[in-house]
Amino acid sequence: MIAASRLRAVDALALSSNGLRSRPTRVVLAALGIAIGIAAMIAVIGISTSSQARLAAEFDKLGTNLLTVMPGKDLAGKDAELPTTAPAAVGRLPGVTDVSSISQLKGVATYRNEYISKQKTSGLGAAVADPHLLETLSATLTAGTWLNAANAQYPTVVLGAVAADRLGVTQPGTQILIGDTLHTVVGILDPVALVPAIDALALIGAAHAHTAFEYKDSPTMIFERSDDANVDSIRTLLPAAANPENPGQVAVSRPSDALAAKYATDQAFTGLLVGVGSVALLVGGIGVANTMIISVLERRREIGLRRALGATRRHIQIQFLTEALLLSLLGGVAGVVLGIAVTVVFTAVNGWVLSIPIPVFAAAVGATVVIGAIAGLYPALRAARLPPTEALAAA
Amino acid sequence: MSAIVELRDVTRTFGSPPVQALRGVSLTVEAGELVAIIGPSGSGKSTLLNILGSLDRPTSGTAIIDGENIATLSDDHLAAIRAHRLGFVFQQFHLADGRSAVDNVADGLLYQGISAQERRSRAESALTTVGLAHRFTNKPHQLSGGERQRVAIARAVVGEPSLLLADEPTGNLDSRAGAGIIDLLHQLNENGTTVIVITHDNALAEKLPRSIRVKDGRVVTDATRAEDPR
Repeated sequence: MIAASRLRAVDALALSSNGLRSRPTRVVLAALGIAIGIAAMIAVIGISTSSQARLAAEFDKLGTNLLTVMPGKDLAGKDAELPTTAPAAVGRLPGVTDVSSISQLKGVATYRNEYISKQKTSGLGAAVADPHLLETLSATLTAGTWLNAANAQYPTVVLGAVAADRLGVTQPGTQILIGDTLHTVVGILDPVALVPAIDALALIGAAHAHTAFEYKDSPTMIFERSDDANVDSIRTLLPAAANPENPGQVAVSRPSDALAAKYATDQAFTGLLVGVGSVALLVGGIGVANTMIISVLERRREIGLRRALGATRRHIQIQFLTEALLLSLLGGVAGVVLGIAVTVVFTAVNGWVLSIPIPVFAAAVGATVVIGAIAGLYPALRAARLPPTEALAAA
Repeated sequence: MSAIVELRDVTRTFGSPPVQALRGVSLTVEAGELVAIIGPSGSGKSTLLNILGSLDRPTSGTAIIDGENIATLSDDHLAAIRAHRLGFVFQQFHLADGRSAVDNVADGLLYQGISAQERRSRAESALTTVGLAHRFTNKPHQLSGGERQRVAIARAVVGEPSLLLADEPTGNLDSRAGAGIIDLLHQLNENGTTVIVITHDNALAEKLPRSIRVKDGRVVTDATRAEDPR
């Protein structure tokens, strides 16, 4: 018996990469299909996870333990009021770590100066703020100072970000009109992510409000923070604590839920884009199969020669299958690089944190290997089935 | 002397309705011979070449190539015979365009499963044997027709085959280059390689010690010249 034909694995790999290198244009075009599919998937997943990472970071910073208590409606459907004792009662609940409130002044609007028509409120109201508000909301100031025991005695005001923008106020020290009274701006807030309603308000101190406006101490929004573990139990206790007479006329909400819901809608869109990406990948796979079939047809001469040199059918099959795998893998690697680049640019432009889960890369490479194997199988079998005499005669 | 090729009543039929390309061919080639198989196109000589080269099996009869009856062997076994015992030279050379002479010759050993380094060093000595020691790194398009055929011959003999099959080896060459190739085949034969040349060219056949003439799928004459015809 003679020794069987044998093709070393290294040689098979070299053979296949040689086969690809001799047709560079076609290889690039076929690999491009796979690359675009993989890049689309990576970018979509990368952007989606980066957006989630940003949300998580935001929650980390803002906390998800903030609950808001607002007056609901009474039986007649009119706006109810919260008793003036509500903030103190909420503060006495077990587990509550922080309470503060605002009280929007009914019918009082904010204007740039006395020359503005009273109808043009720009949607900017005024509210009495508790000195503790800043800490409870994790809010920060762009400029100036917050209300304190001293300046709250006088006509001073801290503007929300939207209010400052609409009034055209950029520096503390400017005077604006609240109702009919001039107030001096002492501070400007950054946007408050958890409670955007604050942004369109002009905030003044309680002591001054008692003298300048008909202020009755009835809070319109109570903000409460507790330990994370107690949030749910406190939520059930809040209505009765805030308004013991009419617990049904209290509305409790969790601002972080609204923020999460906004991102949840983005997720549905991500699912759609992943679908589009997988279609691109499928089309890329068909491109690889097509390229390999053409390659087999063109290389009958080479196949015949290899059979004459002693290649078995299996060796021919391996050669063409490896070529399809390499081609697909090439596209996959290019796609991963492209996908990362797109994600990096996108997150950098939006100022997000870059976050792509590592298993995604493994999945991408795995997908290209599977695609290459499926796409290469039929052309490889076809090449192997070619009788050596016919392949040589075709030359 | 032992027989390298032993065909007995070999027939080969193609297609439907059946066309008989070989109608009972019997011939023996001993080790160390230099033989021409000559016939016009359509005579069945290409089919005969395919069977001698174990690229095809006979429909009936026995074909023993280097001690193996190829009529009964599996496809993998036939591939193994081609890899280890046979060398092919074609009219169109069949060289890989983008690869150097040494790489082309080394491919002759690819399916024996030996290391790239050894393939290379044996390829270099085979190229030296065919007189191309100065052409190792040249690619086929940088070589003349005669040189290309020498590269192809080097690839065929690099595995030290028991039998070298040359199909119209001078068909694409001018007469001077062709004569050089015939000289080379003689030289290889003198060093112990059994050579069968398949051709339609009488002038070429007359330069070889033995001519087997094929017509209509049968052997018509089998003549051995007493003296060296060169």
